Amino acid sequence: MSAVWITVIVVGLATIAVKAAGPLLVAARTPPPRAQSALEHLAPALLAALVVTQTLGGGNGGFAIDPRLAGLAAGAIALLLRAPLLLVITVAAVAAALVRLIA
Amino acid sequence: MRRLPDSQPPEPTRRSYLDGVRAAAPIGVAAVAFGVSFGVLARSAGMSRLAPVVMSLTTFGGSAQFAAASILGAGGGVATAVVAAVLLNLRYGAMGLSVATVLTGPWWQRALIAQLIVDESWAIAQRDDGRIDRHLLVGAGLLLLVGWTGGTAIGTFAGDLVADPESLGLDAAFPALFLALLWPQVGERSRLLAAVAGAVIALALMPFTGAGVPIVAASLACLIGARRS
Repeated sequence: MSAVWITVIVVGLATIAVKAAGPLLVAARTPPPRAQSALEHLAPALLAALVVTQTLGGGNGGFAIDPRLAGLAAGAIALLLRAPLLLVITVAAVAAALVRLIA
Repeated sequence: MRRLPDSQPPEPTRRSYLDGVRAAAPIGVAAVAFGVSFGVLARSAGMSRLAPVVMSLTTFGGSAQFAAASILGAGGGVATAVVAAVLLNLRYGAMGLSVATVLTGPWWQRALIAQLIVDESWAIAQRDDGRIDRHLLVGAGLLLLVGWTGGTAIGTFAGDLVADPESLGLDAAFPALFLALLWPQVGERSRLLAAVAGAVIALALMPFTGAGVPIVAASLACLIGARRS
């Protein structure tokens, strides 16, 4: 079986289990406050790491500085101007495409 | 027999499944667009046409799917992709706990409804009294699932028309997407701290490890939330 299908199946099953765990196992009960708080901090930690790796990550590990950085900067400006999600993505893509075209 | 007096507090305004669909419609447009983006990214990461669609239907979690596909595309291993994606989706466990309190019915029904939990549907389903409205959750979740999976299918086919996703700047759309998803999450100081720590850990490890490992290591930054306040 290919790496792709193993990933799709394992991630799919794991996600289904994670989503169903609460409603199946823990009826009207919440985890200890500190565990709950740690879980709530997982999303910002991982999303921030993804921003970094998706912007600066090279093809085979390491760093690569390329037009993605300009795209992210443009997207961040759009976010600061309270642009809707879709516009932020579009601005980032267009900026990166333009920089790549010029460079 | 006398009727019991109606002493219960009035129910909050009853919402229908359709209300959930309506509430999610604007973000549903974005879900279709991101679904297309995921389809394109998945193809450029070497996935077949079917795999991304199956993934959208079963995993139904944008950032985890983008992470898994981009790690595979960047040459990261299966284990790295799976761990990063599962870690990204662990937050649905916490959301599931909050949803559990309002779900009734047989176990398979509760498990099925729980599959409709994503960031957006969960956010839309929040009621003023701090509880979850299951009708809003189901309506919003179904619309987002259809939009996301349909968009993915479109993207896997449009990927052939788009010779080079990078020439369209699509590779920059992904970090911008994660930044946009991160943005509303860091209002609280400790969550901002977790985000900064996650970014620093990733930056520090990137020169030394394979693709994906820095992301997994960055998850340790969530322990900031476990401190005694």
